[in-house]
Amino acid sequence: MNWRSIATIFNFEMARFWRTPWESLAAPVVSTVLYFVVFGAAIGGRIQSVEDISYGAFIVPGLIILTVLQTSLANASNAIFMRKFVGTIHEILAAPISFLEVVAGFVGAAALKSVIIAIVIYLTALFFVDLPLAHPALALVLLVLTSFGFALWGFLMGIWAKDWQQLQFIPMMVITPLVFLGGAFYSASMLPPFWEGVAKLNPVLYLVSGFRWTFFGMADVPIAASVLALAIFLGLGFLAVWAIFRTGWRLRP
Amino acid sequence: MSSIIEVRDLSKTYASGTSALKGVTLDIREGEILALLGPNGAGKTTFISILCGLVTPSGGQARVGGHDIQREYREARSLIGLVPQEIALEFFETVMNTVRFSRGLYGKAPDDAHLERVLRALALWDKRDAKLRELSGGMKRRVLIAKALSHGPRILFLDEPTAGVDVNLRREMWEVVRRLKAEGVTIILTTHYLEEAEEMADRVGIIDKGRLLLVRDKADLMHEFGQKVLTVELATPLAHLPEALASLGLSLAPDGLTVSYRYDSNADRSGIARLLAAFAAEGIAVRDLSTEQSSLEDVFLRLVRDLA
Repeated sequence: MNWRSIATIFNFEMARFWRTPWESLAAPVVSTVLYFVVFGAAIGGRIQSVEDISYGAFIVPGLIILTVLQTSLANASNAIFMRKFVGTIHEILAAPISFLEVVAGFVGAAALKSVIIAIVIYLTALFFVDLPLAHPALALVLLVLTSFGFALWGFLMGIWAKDWQQLQFIPMMVITPLVFLGGAFYSASMLPPFWEGVAKLNPVLYLVSGFRWTFFGMADVPIAASVLALAIFLGLGFLAVWAIFRTGWRLRP
Repeated sequence: MSSIIEVRDLSKTYASGTSALKGVTLDIREGEILALLGPNGAGKTTFISILCGLVTPSGGQARVGGHDIQREYREARSLIGLVPQEIALEFFETVMNTVRFSRGLYGKAPDDAHLERVLRALALWDKRDAKLRELSGGMKRRVLIAKALSHGPRILFLDEPTAGVDVNLRREMWEVVRRLKAEGVTIILTTHYLEEAEEMADRVGIIDKGRLLLVRDKADLMHEFGQKVLTVELATPLAHLPEALASLGLSLAPDGLTVSYRYDSNADRSGIARLLAAFAAEGIAVRDLSTEQSSLEDVFLRLVRDLA
């Protein structure tokens, strides 16, 4: 492993984040507050509690996952897409580094940004609701793996995308619907049985449910199923990135 | 001199079906400047891109410093610095940060003293804290060279280093290349400016339509294919060339005042003495004589025509 090369890419990507701390951190905080106002205060007033947890607290894990998915995808895909777009990708491809090192640098930085934002959202939420955290260590592990997994898929998206439209396509058309239908704002058990079955085909439900379990000890699906789903998701992403570097698809003609 | 790059039967066919490189075999000697000359689309950039790891070859092998470019890509690539044809930079970075990034990417320990030497040599040291977008085109190109040199490569590839660059900057670039050669760096440059190859190179390779037509020492090439032209200025215009002169292969310019004679400078007998005697015999007064060596451009055009 060429740690110095990894650190170089990683630090370069993180520098972008720290250079504009306001944009990097304020935006997720503002949107979290908005969610609290709209869902917590307006709608939450009518729902009150889900399985003995106040609605305001109930939505926090889903809210964090929602933001983590979006920022991981966006950060990783932008980082590699911009290099393709500007042409500076040649420098990465000509360097004496392996695909593992490139991925570790780019995806690691994108994932860390998401983890930082997730923690900021969590801290913001503490101002609004009583929020237990039953399994903090596991919560952190799931958070890191989810961030990493989606950063990996974001990286793939950035390699796949040939233009800006394509870059926006997957987050808009696939991820946002999956997240909204993935039980971020409700429990799958609140759905009619048929739709509950459909919801359980949604991989994001497993992430949200698993993450919620680490807070409240309750979930739509067993925690083991969540961890398994996450492992499969990560594994597939990793295989896909490996295959891309192996074949040079859209990187090395 | 030993070979630092060995290329055997290297070929590339792109997914589009374009066959950009058709079996190129070439040895590049350590410490030389090799100019790869050819028209646009000849395969020069593809050749360089394969050696640098940007393009996957379809066939053949290449070794850099004895390391296979695919199996031992780490060792091979760490010897190489690449200055790409297009200016591609992170425009919001500073000069110093971008060269530090390049060095780090190659896994080298930070060495600001080395980077200072590189930047000073390229007259960029005063601009080290400037953002890249603030630099002129010529400076950006020099930043690309600084990035390529940041990890101390033994081989430098310059892909069309002076395309779209003004005359002063081109001279400056040549100066930089000469200094690098003096330090023992092997330099491979592609160009479609014959003047550049003629000015810089120790050896010249001519590529056309994906084939390496020949590689020769520049001097030999000029010598071997070089022709000289003798131009004779006449005191009074001639309406037509007398038969005795026309049979010697002379041609008269439309103004009737200059006669030119093309001859092989390497031949045992140039025929000039015979020519001047013929002038005297015909009673034609000669005002001036001049000779001109054919340029690499003429050599190139002939070769591409003859060998293609």
